[in-house]
Amino acid sequence: MPAASPTRRELVAISAAIGGVSLFPARFAVAAEGNATRPFRINFPDAELIDLRRRIAATRWPDRETVKDQSQGVQLAKLQELVRYWGTDYDWRRAEAKLNALPQFTTTIDDVDIHFIHVRSQHPNALPVIVTHGWPGSVIEQLKIIDPLTNPTAHGGRAEDAFDVVIPSLPGYGFSGKPTGTGWDPDHIARAWAELMKRLGYTRYVAQGGDWGTPISSAMARQGASGLLGIHINLPATVPSEVAAALAGGPVPAGLSEQERAVVEALMTSGKNGNLAYFTMMTARPQTVGYGATDSPAGLASWILVHPGFAQWAYGPDTERSPTRDDVLDNITLYWLTNTGASAARLYWENGARGSVIVAAAQRTAEISLPVAITVFPEDVYRPPETWARRAYRNLIYFNEVDKGGHFAAWEQPELFSAELRAAFRPLRKSI
Amino acid sequence: MSKRSATRRDVLATSAAAGAVTLLPGGPVPAADDNAIRPFRVNVPEATLVDLRRRIAATQWPEKEIVEDTSQGVQLKTMQQLARYWATEHDWRKVEAKLNALPQFISEIDGLDIHFIHVRSKHENALPMIVTHGWPGSVIEQLKIIDPLTNPTAHGANASDAFHLVIPSLPGYGFSGKPTAPGWNPPRIARAWATLMQRLGYTQYVAQGGDWGNAVTENMALQQPPGLLGIHTNMPATVPANISKALARGEAPPADLTPDERNAWNQLDFFNKEGLGYAIEMNNRPQTLYGIVDSPVGLAAWMIDHDARSQEMIARVFDGKAEGLTRDDVLDNVTLYWVTGTAISSARLYWDNAHNPTGGFFDPRGIKIPVAVSVFPDEIYAAPRSWAERAYPKLIHYNKLDKGTHFAAWEQPQLFSEEVRAGFRPLRK
Repeated sequence: MPAASPTRRELVAISAAIGGVSLFPARFAVAAEGNATRPFRINFPDAELIDLRRRIAATRWPDRETVKDQSQGVQLAKLQELVRYWGTDYDWRRAEAKLNALPQFTTTIDDVDIHFIHVRSQHPNALPVIVTHGWPGSVIEQLKIIDPLTNPTAHGGRAEDAFDVVIPSLPGYGFSGKPTGTGWDPDHIARAWAELMKRLGYTRYVAQGGDWGTPISSAMARQGASGLLGIHINLPATVPSEVAAALAGGPVPAGLSEQERAVVEALMTSGKNGNLAYFTMMTARPQTVGYGATDSPAGLASWILVHPGFAQWAYGPDTERSPTRDDVLDNITLYWLTNTGASAARLYWENGARGSVIVAAAQRTAEISLPVAITVFPEDVYRPPETWARRAYRNLIYFNEVDKGGHFAAWEQPELFSAELRAAFRPLRKSI
Repeated sequence: MSKRSATRRDVLATSAAAGAVTLLPGGPVPAADDNAIRPFRVNVPEATLVDLRRRIAATQWPEKEIVEDTSQGVQLKTMQQLARYWATEHDWRKVEAKLNALPQFISEIDGLDIHFIHVRSKHENALPMIVTHGWPGSVIEQLKIIDPLTNPTAHGANASDAFHLVIPSLPGYGFSGKPTAPGWNPPRIARAWATLMQRLGYTQYVAQGGDWGNAVTENMALQQPPGLLGIHTNMPATVPANISKALARGEAPPADLTPDERNAWNQLDFFNKEGLGYAIEMNNRPQTLYGIVDSPVGLAAWMIDHDARSQEMIARVFDGKAEGLTRDDVLDNVTLYWVTGTAISSARLYWDNAHNPTGGFFDPRGIKIPVAVSVFPDEIYAAPRSWAERAYPKLIHYNKLDKGTHFAAWEQPQLFSEEVRAGFRPLRK
């Protein structure tokens, strides 16, 4: 990319101005050619928003499902109500303003533009953390944890628990570029994230993720990214090989504890109920999924809402409960406007043969020697028992099951999620 | 239902007259009769077609796949070639006219309207046959075999090989009704087909199918309704249990497989690993496919990505090579799904099958009546004779063709017709 490196310091100044948050890096990375970090703002033309509304109004609906629950997928009446709101009262500009109130940047790594939010804490010695979203998420999932993490004293935390926060958009997602060649699997993304943190001048940091954020954060740990002190994950890969074999149709292993057996049964039920169908389809045919998802707003919304992480979501009648209807539509609209229905699905294809993201052997957790912290949110797609977590991660420094929250933990329970990060990473701060 | 048999003769008169392609009912069909067989014509409103073209032109596209092959799904180039032709050159009215030139009917069976084409041969002693399509097919798949089978002397075959043809649209497909409650799995459809044949007055008949059509036809063979003499299948369910198990567990193939068996193993292994995504999605979450009801290009891509070989063939056709299907063939069928709004209702057959399971798709069902098998090489798997012999103790015909994909009747109507004639010859007295 262009040799715009002299602008690095200007960029930081710009972002400070944009962010309205104190943004003075403790250290500057040496500006090298191609490493430029460019400020970024979102401003979709009105025409695109009008076109979206027009398409929503022209939606051609199927007949209703033949069952009385969501066992065939997102129910017609619920989706129609949501899409009706999306096409009338919903206002994307509010989401855009929220994003633009934060310091956002892009930088080119391995030929792909990586978009990220970068908010530095006003507290000295804040611990830098890179937080990675998954599918069907985006940086919008993480917006509610930014202030609690960077500004803990305003949220019942202590100054020494502060974080500097880096929240990138995955390649092919949101405002990041779309890879035009193969190879951007979680391991590649992990190396790009290490490069990003290096570019930002961080020499000691931690990483956090759920969903795809877990394999990516874990790969950073497995790769021993320079400066990485440890990771916190909320969808850990703890399933032991003998349990994975049972889930594939083999015999259930003997000697399971009551809790482990309950987890095995829940996983079997989930599989039987078809919760992984979307995973199989996107792994096999992301492009085919992409045509309907990029051309039909309702199709995109239903494909996103089929993720089991939304199984308990009530479509937003309780305006206090996060994610709200607007939150979820912010995320769906982000996919629509950036036309990332197909490109986001390709991450599954890239993961391909690596297989399940919750199986320890598939994710090679045994190769991780860095400290790992885990928070289990009880309504996530599975509830890993501590016994399995200890087997999977030999340097487990923190394990806690909290009493509420699901797959989109940062989105659903931002205060609790932030408190978990503070507690989990506290032991690692001493080493800074 | 059977107590209404008084009208049966009227109905037959109706269909016989209609068989001459003039749709003049030979006798009045009482409207109140549950067993009524009502003539049917297709007439899609012009506004629907205008809207379709408008939507195709307004397609919001994804970017190109990041590979140079079909391993991520239907390639952008293929879809854009298809969309251009669909919006500018394809003419639905042509296939509508083709359909309306045939005697079509609707009859309510088990609470659901069933659409069917019914063409009677002019030849005496023609053998009645019910032919069942699958997904992503429709009665359009079968149009090219109607004349060769009902009128064999015009196609180099003998009068003694003639068939009367009944070609229904599956529940939730085409012009049949859409079930509003679960339960229409292949055994139930098979029972409905037996009722249909009985209602048409056929006391001796055969059945044919591939894809879901095979599942329905094999279930008829299992149920052995009165009058069913035998079946012909171009997608037989023959995979031995030890092979299915080994494939599911990712084991190595048994060492003693013959070359044909090893070929079938390789095809099944590929299908299980790379080709099942759409089926798993539809087995579990058909209602999630809102995008393919709302987006013509989304629908076309979803339908074309059925299996690797037929997709490659269709891609070549849209790339300007003449073989197998034509561009119009492919788009006639996709447009049928579009105008009838059946993308999701058709996908529910997978859900209904998965939720009222009757064994794996390729598991032998234990059929005791005569079975004829034609193996087209580019089918999802080419069933070896050894497996067919084990699956069907009364195997009356087995033949491997040298060309043809999953859509055999559609793509190779001549070969297919010859196979069906040969397959059923032993059952004619």
